[in-house]
Amino acid sequence: MPVDHLPVLLTLGFALGMGGVILLASSFIGSRSGGRIKLSPYESGEPLLDRSRKRISVVFFLIAIDFVIFDVEAAFLYPWVLVMHEGSWPLFWAMMVFIFLLLVGFAYIWVKGGLDLGLKKTDTSGS
Amino acid sequence: MSLAFTAMLAKIGLWLAVLLNVAPVMVWVERRGSALIQDRLGPNRVGPLGLFQSLADAVKFLFKEDLTPSEVDKPLYYLAPALAVVPALTTFAVLPFGPDIEINGETVKLLVADVDSGVLLFLALASLGVYTLVLAGYSSNNKYSLLGSVRAAAQMISYELALTLSVVAVLVPVGSLRLDEVVRYQAETAWLGFLPGWNVFPQILGFLIFVVASFAETNRLPFDLPEAESELVAGYHTEYSSMKFALFFMGEYMSMATLSALGATLFLGGWHFPGLSYEGHWAVVALTGFTVLLVKIIAFLLLFVWVRWTFPRFRFDQLLRLGWKVLLPLALVNLIVVAALTIGGVL
Repeated sequence: MPVDHLPVLLTLGFALGMGGVILLASSFIGSRSGGRIKLSPYESGEPLLDRSRKRISVVFFLIAIDFVIFDVEAAFLYPWVLVMHEGSWPLFWAMMVFIFLLLVGFAYIWVKGGLDLGLKKTDTSGS
Repeated sequence: MSLAFTAMLAKIGLWLAVLLNVAPVMVWVERRGSALIQDRLGPNRVGPLGLFQSLADAVKFLFKEDLTPSEVDKPLYYLAPALAVVPALTTFAVLPFGPDIEINGETVKLLVADVDSGVLLFLALASLGVYTLVLAGYSSNNKYSLLGSVRAAAQMISYELALTLSVVAVLVPVGSLRLDEVVRYQAETAWLGFLPGWNVFPQILGFLIFVVASFAETNRLPFDLPEAESELVAGYHTEYSSMKFALFFMGEYMSMATLSALGATLFLGGWHFPGLSYEGHWAVVALTGFTVLLVKIIAFLLLFVWVRWTFPRFRFDQLLRLGWKVLLPLALVNLIVVAALTIGGVL
């Protein structure tokens, strides 16, 4: 029932409140000094070598897409677990077909090299 | 106030008392533990055995300058550390720490939020942790932070799959998402007549996958690529100082504790220990259950420390290859075998 989730909401409120209070306390108590150079982005004490928002290697986007596919699969597994005892073997094989279909896609990604994430071919340094 | 509401507040208070102390205590354990492993002394000046070192550190954090670099995206920059403690401080709500107890004739369940979605809610709240890392890295406007957070996001979503699949395999024989049902299932069974009915024995593969994935989920060595001091300075929290940094730190350690608690509940019998009596006065029952769970959590946390100071760091492509090409197929095989055994009547 939705009302059962009330304690979670309570702890969520507490967690956010605690974070806010600690941040506020820290900004009031901490000492302050410094200037323009001190507040510049960190670069080991050097002047900035290049810009901060670089282009990101495409493999990270690939991983994100792969994740979405398999996360949907995982979401389907939860209801399956709940009814598996009644569903018995027919339901088991139904899920095997579903997993098999996903594995075809997984094998395709694997063979195509979508999981070989060495960054050598897609080097973006200096871009 | 009704009894149920008072009991809920008491249960939340008990968990908070433990979780908020995890970070300082674990920092001390980690520093002393690393010293032990590396044949050093570790912090031993402040208080007996250096026990008050963490307290001194906390005070120091509070009085440090609260630096806000000039180039940051301010709203997101402040939001990220506040969000860092949220996953750990909400997920404990679905973890049971004892059997049902009776107070003045009323039955009270020893878990904060008695919901059907159980594990699903835990995983959903725990995966909010990705937002902290991504927001911190993006808003800092620093290339080290950005690289660290992109790595962290890729790592966490990759290992979340293996983690989820190993958790589902535990739920298959139980047929419920409720963690109190999982504990009851383990309390009622006994493997081979003499082993406790813990899921770790029939599902040792799932347990190993869970442990490896939880190291990656909490960004601990050997999977601490998001921080990787030698290449990224400090990763996503490079630009954070004073208590803002401390919040990331606390969030990380508390997440370790709640994930350990989930592992203990799923695989090591949770609050139940064979041979212990869970009858008598309600306070005694509740304390026994909580203590047993706490001991199991501490065992997990010590493993975290031990592994951190024993293994070197992976390279990033090795990390992703391990997650996608080894852990994910293994977790799927584990799930299918467990499901077949369950329907076949073995488990």
